[in-house]
Amino acid sequence: MRLVQGNEAIARGALYAGARFYAGYPITPSSEVAEECSVVLPRMGGMYIQMEDEIASIAAVVGASLAGAKAFTATSGPGFSLMQENLGFAVMAEVPCVVVDVQRSGPSTGLATKPSQADVMQVRWGRHGDQAIIALCPASVRECFELTVQAFNFSETYRTPVVLVADEVVAHMRESLRVPEEGELAIIDRKKPSVPPSEYKPFEADEDGVAPLAAYGSPRVFHVSSSMHGPEGFSNNDPANAARKIDRIHRKLDMHRDEIVMTRSFDADDADVLVVAYGITVRASRAAAREARSKGVNAGVLQLQTLWPFADNEIRRAAAGARRVIVPEMNYAGQVAGEVQRVLGPERDIRGVNSYNGQILWPRDILETIMA
Amino acid sequence: MTVFTQGLRYLKEGVTPHMWCPGCGNGIVLSALLRAFEELAYSNEETVVVTGIGCWGKADDYVVTNGFHGTHGRALAFATGMKAFNPRLNVVVLMGDGDAVTIGGNHFIHAARRNIDVTAIVVNNFNFGMTGGQVSATTPLGMATSTTPYTNPERDFDICALADVAGANYVARATPWHGFELEANIREALRKKGFSVVEVMSPCPTHYGKYNRMGTPVEMLRKIREMVLPHEEYARLGPAQKKSYFPTGKLVDRDEPDFNTRYDEVRSRAMKD
Amino acid sequence: MEPSEQKGGGPKERFEVVLAGSGGQGLIVSAMLLCESAIREGRNVVQTQSYGIAARGGLSIAELIIDTEEIIFQQVQKPDIILALTGQAMERFAAFAEKGARVFFDTTGMTDRPGLNFLGFPFTKLAGDLNRTNAATLIALGAMVACTGMVRMDSLISAVRETFPEAAPANIEALGLGEGLVASRLREGAG
Repeated sequence: MRLVQGNEAIARGALYAGARFYAGYPITPSSEVAEECSVVLPRMGGMYIQMEDEIASIAAVVGASLAGAKAFTATSGPGFSLMQENLGFAVMAEVPCVVVDVQRSGPSTGLATKPSQADVMQVRWGRHGDQAIIALCPASVRECFELTVQAFNFSETYRTPVVLVADEVVAHMRESLRVPEEGELAIIDRKKPSVPPSEYKPFEADEDGVAPLAAYGSPRVFHVSSSMHGPEGFSNNDPANAARKIDRIHRKLDMHRDEIVMTRSFDADDADVLVVAYGITVRASRAAAREARSKGVNAGVLQLQTLWPFADNEIRRAAAGARRVIVPEMNYAGQVAGEVQRVLGPERDIRGVNSYNGQILWPRDILETIMA
Repeated sequence: MTVFTQGLRYLKEGVTPHMWCPGCGNGIVLSALLRAFEELAYSNEETVVVTGIGCWGKADDYVVTNGFHGTHGRALAFATGMKAFNPRLNVVVLMGDGDAVTIGGNHFIHAARRNIDVTAIVVNNFNFGMTGGQVSATTPLGMATSTTPYTNPERDFDICALADVAGANYVARATPWHGFELEANIREALRKKGFSVVEVMSPCPTHYGKYNRMGTPVEMLRKIREMVLPHEEYARLGPAQKKSYFPTGKLVDRDEPDFNTRYDEVRSRAMKD
Repeated sequence: MEPSEQKGGGPKERFEVVLAGSGGQGLIVSAMLLCESAIREGRNVVQTQSYGIAARGGLSIAELIIDTEEIIFQQVQKPDIILALTGQAMERFAAFAEKGARVFFDTTGMTDRPGLNFLGFPFTKLAGDLNRTNAATLIALGAMVACTGMVRMDSLISAVRETFPEAAPANIEALGLGEGLVASRLREGAG
């Protein structure tokens, strides 16, 4: 057991998962991820490179990944905004990589050192065009480690970028962490092509919707493109081909959604009042639900460890017997509450508890709405 | 006639005729590049041609090496990741003036400062050809484009001077008129460890030439030839005369350690720690 | 001053601790040392802090919770132990003394306060006597641990050894000085 900060756990999780390349541009409250990588990566023969901005950072990560690296970057909202175009490249060209977004309070430079959970929709829809993405969200230092490992595993399995959506509190918090031994957690590497080099097509998917990926410098020469492309990776403007490609980058996640969507239940099964929470707010929610139970109200919490794809089925199941559903989150609009309403329907009693002044939600804020 | 088949083995089958306009310099630059590949015996497996967006950014479609076609202006940043992680790769970045010094100017100066061992072949046609001839950061003051109909109020970047002061190990300028010199410069740039740049001042008769009444493609190419002087001759000019010309040939040749060499030093310090 | 006990008797299992002062006083490092000590005793910890420009001057707060059970909510809600090293810190947290929190404070820069739960010691003055003004927080830590038993002194010494291998003897001396302050106060109380 060691005392570890959330950001450090993210960096350690990435290295445990096999990451050997980090490119980034420092930004509060994510900089400790970069600092830790700058210390550890060169010792392991890996590479830490500080780029000129976040646009270049995600670009270098994509380049390194295509050269065979497990690569990642960490940033916060303003930098994440700058990364969107090339994150879209990674979706389009199906490049495995991990982006850590430690959310801080906006808009713009906002309250630079204060927490927020207002990037949920930016993570999902921040890029132009039709795209699917995986996003995971830790609520503790241990989850910072474990969900980062999981982020790399998903990224490698499905050949897709994965966003780890943390927040300032979980990233700067310290807790005791037992770093797993080597081999204790499963580590997954991307599927490599087995066909002869002359037959290799970098975007020809197997039945699981995922195409094996070679590396630049390996015997299989290949081409990738940000433009619409066919199985060979070269530009292709045929409408039928475009439809197939867009279908597939969605379907390869849809068909595996049960493996990707991770939730945790804290007395959610028999809850009359269900709290759906994610990130640091899970903890205040659990404390509130526990107190509600001591006051005679059957409250429970469903934690969304996976934010995207959204936990439609899990929420529907957990909310089946609840008379009220509460979604506490550190944003104004109720970004997740809106999704929950979409899932459960307009007639259901769904209430948001929202904080958008850079202050966290406390158990009493949530308890009030449970008991109301 | 061997000279005209040299490099052909790097040209993808079935892609000609290429998509560039008659009179465009891109075909000449591509053939010079592929001839240089052959002279250096580059393998397809260990070579990556990286492009951005623009007419010249289509060149990756024509080669049989590994290819990468990315977002506008970011080619050097993608290339940096590839080369930094796998130093054995030959990473060649093909950019227009838009990719290199307009939208991507920041990456250009930082790639030079970092001295990452990639080669940038910048075709400078003084405007955004692909999208209809809009003004770029290399459109000279007072010239017309589709978005500077009353002529350009801004000054232009000197790409080679920028690369020089930012720290590139190798900088050269050529034109499609000087095809063999161009190939020699590209070959030297590819051989050079560290960041290397070859700027090719090239005609865009379809847009830039049309807006500025530069005549037929051949007349336009001739005008570009008249804009440049071999750097030895250029050096003998007085300050006033120098303003009328761009020097060509090898302008910078240094042997500063490249990024990967420096990073290996970081690694050995880290491992001792 | 009695070792803390829960209402039901037996040693107290949960401590909520606030260390408040100004940036640069080593509050976060001190909170981390307490956490490392508790981890050595097999207990759970969470440590948070006010983050931002406060880390470089102004009111700076480090918080920690020690518990034998899982710590669900991460913030201190009902502090048991408070360290106030500046007047500003005292202003912010003095009210918790009435609710049972023990408030340790520095008499070097503050006037004494009446009330059983206010425990004033000249931390900064003693650190000055050692010629190590930055040892004030460690002296305070020694006193707080001796007085409250939130962690064992040997755990704290071991954590200090691991965190500052070179400066360990001087830092352990500072802890001992704090421990001594409490011992002599207890003797005064007994006498």
